[in-house]
Amino acid sequence: MAEMPRHAWCRVAWSLPAMRRFRRHPGAWVGSLIVITLVLVAAFAPVLADRPPTQQDLRARLRPPSAEQPFGTDEFGRSMLSRVLHGARLSLLTGLLPVAAALVVGSTIGLVAGFFRGRLDAVLMRAMDVLLAFPSLLLALAVVGTLGPGIVNAVIAIAIVDVPQYARLVRSVVLGAREEEYVQAARALGARDGRLMWRHVAPNAIGPVVVQATLGIGFAILAIAGLSFLGLGVQPPVSDWGEMLARGRRYLPDATWLMIFPGLAVSLTVLGFNLLGDALRDALDPQA
Amino acid sequence: MLRYALGRLIGTVPVLFGVTLLVFLMAWVTPGDPVVAMLGEASQGISRQALDDLRRELGLDRPLPVQYVGYVAGLLRGDLGNSVRSRRPVLAEIRDRLPATLELALAALTIAVALGVTLGVLAAVRKRTWVDGAAIAVALVGVSIPVFWSGFLLMMVFALELGWLPASGRGTWRHLVLPAVTVGVSSAAFIARITRGAVLEALAQDYVRTAKAKGLAPRRVVMRHALRNALLPIVTVVGLQLGGLLGGAVLTETVFAWPGVGRLLVDAIVARDLPLVQGSVLVISLLFILVNLAVDLSYAAINPKVRYG
Repeated sequence: MAEMPRHAWCRVAWSLPAMRRFRRHPGAWVGSLIVITLVLVAAFAPVLADRPPTQQDLRARLRPPSAEQPFGTDEFGRSMLSRVLHGARLSLLTGLLPVAAALVVGSTIGLVAGFFRGRLDAVLMRAMDVLLAFPSLLLALAVVGTLGPGIVNAVIAIAIVDVPQYARLVRSVVLGAREEEYVQAARALGARDGRLMWRHVAPNAIGPVVVQATLGIGFAILAIAGLSFLGLGVQPPVSDWGEMLARGRRYLPDATWLMIFPGLAVSLTVLGFNLLGDALRDALDPQA
Repeated sequence: MLRYALGRLIGTVPVLFGVTLLVFLMAWVTPGDPVVAMLGEASQGISRQALDDLRRELGLDRPLPVQYVGYVAGLLRGDLGNSVRSRRPVLAEIRDRLPATLELALAALTIAVALGVTLGVLAAVRKRTWVDGAAIAVALVGVSIPVFWSGFLLMMVFALELGWLPASGRGTWRHLVLPAVTVGVSSAAFIARITRGAVLEALAQDYVRTAKAKGLAPRRVVMRHALRNALLPIVTVVGLQLGGLLGGAVLTETVFAWPGVGRLLVDAIVARDLPLVQGSVLVISLLFILVNLAVDLSYAAINPKVRYG
């Protein structure tokens, strides 16, 4: 194939039907804006914040929002603005990690189960059914209850909760794709199972998995914040938005700003990923 | 119908096996010696020999499969072990707290269904108008706001500012309002999204056009023809939402100091009271499985295609 200049490729991608639908989706713009802002905030938190999130000022404890401290200060006189901005780093990380882990493990299970069918499929899917038999937050609590509180265990917990979703999703796509004529043709040409599975069948699942993962990041951030709120996720002195909310609760009803800003941050972040996920789904699967 | 119900009941058995197995294994995955964990602080100063004796006495030296059978046999007798902290039977602890959780879940579910279905139908009927846009926006925001934050906002406004409702605790129906609305609204958002999609799909069907062509009132077309056929996905999501409600109740119970099983579970995790953790997880999961079984059976009642398919 003739070499195409890079900008031409970009133009092709930009005008694909799915891309066109994505561009026209109002949620896509708002969602992208929120997510990009979040990533920038996480990357440049030390530059954006006026001082480190751990710097205490005991003379300025529990100050309400002001021109100098737009988000107020906490019980140690730490800047809430700085804490919320830095919180984006941990929230983004703890949202991405379990999704990445669940995506890899779950997709592989779904791919293998759907491709080989038979007894392996039956065993793997029954195992997934068992995980799905627990309400998701409850399963996460059970895992944390078993391994002990802490952010690493919380991330493991959310990953375990997510695995069956990817397994089922990928399996359903694979079941349809493996019967397609081009897969049969490749098989007839002598392609081995591994090549068939990864080269010909797996790419069909990319779209649905990307949608699921985008929505999954929102869920993961929400769930990790929830665990931290319960005192089972991030442990002090490290702090994320959930832990800030748990801490802020002790100073109600006076210091409401301790709860308003971290809560707003969680809600906006999750909203951003949900908008983006919805827009991707509408763009990639116009029938849905 | 009976055949379908029987098949569905038998299908639950492997899931029950898996769930009890996982809960049983929690004790073995947990770091540290289960006997030491069971004794808590009392284990300090006890000799190695005494610990080994206790292990033998409790049957913890036997092979895992044998122990699992013993565990299930205990469950069937209603024996979930004793709480490490309170020394009371786990079942008694849960029995004390379960009514509060069920009360909250049912109240929240009522709010969720009423609000969610109404919003969803409105959005579908007024597709691509501001009503639809507003309903979608409300649903999306509802899904994104954590219950532990929306609960706090509601508490700030209605309990602390206006003083209309109590901020926490359980007692009268007024105590129930804020927690139930908090959980209910977040579930309503999910139900609204599914309802909108299902009703839109039903409205596009030929039988709806026929009903309209016959001159039926629009309201009747929507309620009798479209909504009825959209019920299947709605009932599914309501069943699944109950799981969300039971799980989400853990957070809401913490926000409003509601003395339910969720709060019990969190306290047990913090105190590393493993038998109580296992018992709470098991009971809530069993409830969830039973509800979803009931949902599946209700499909067959709603839609004959399911029981003959």
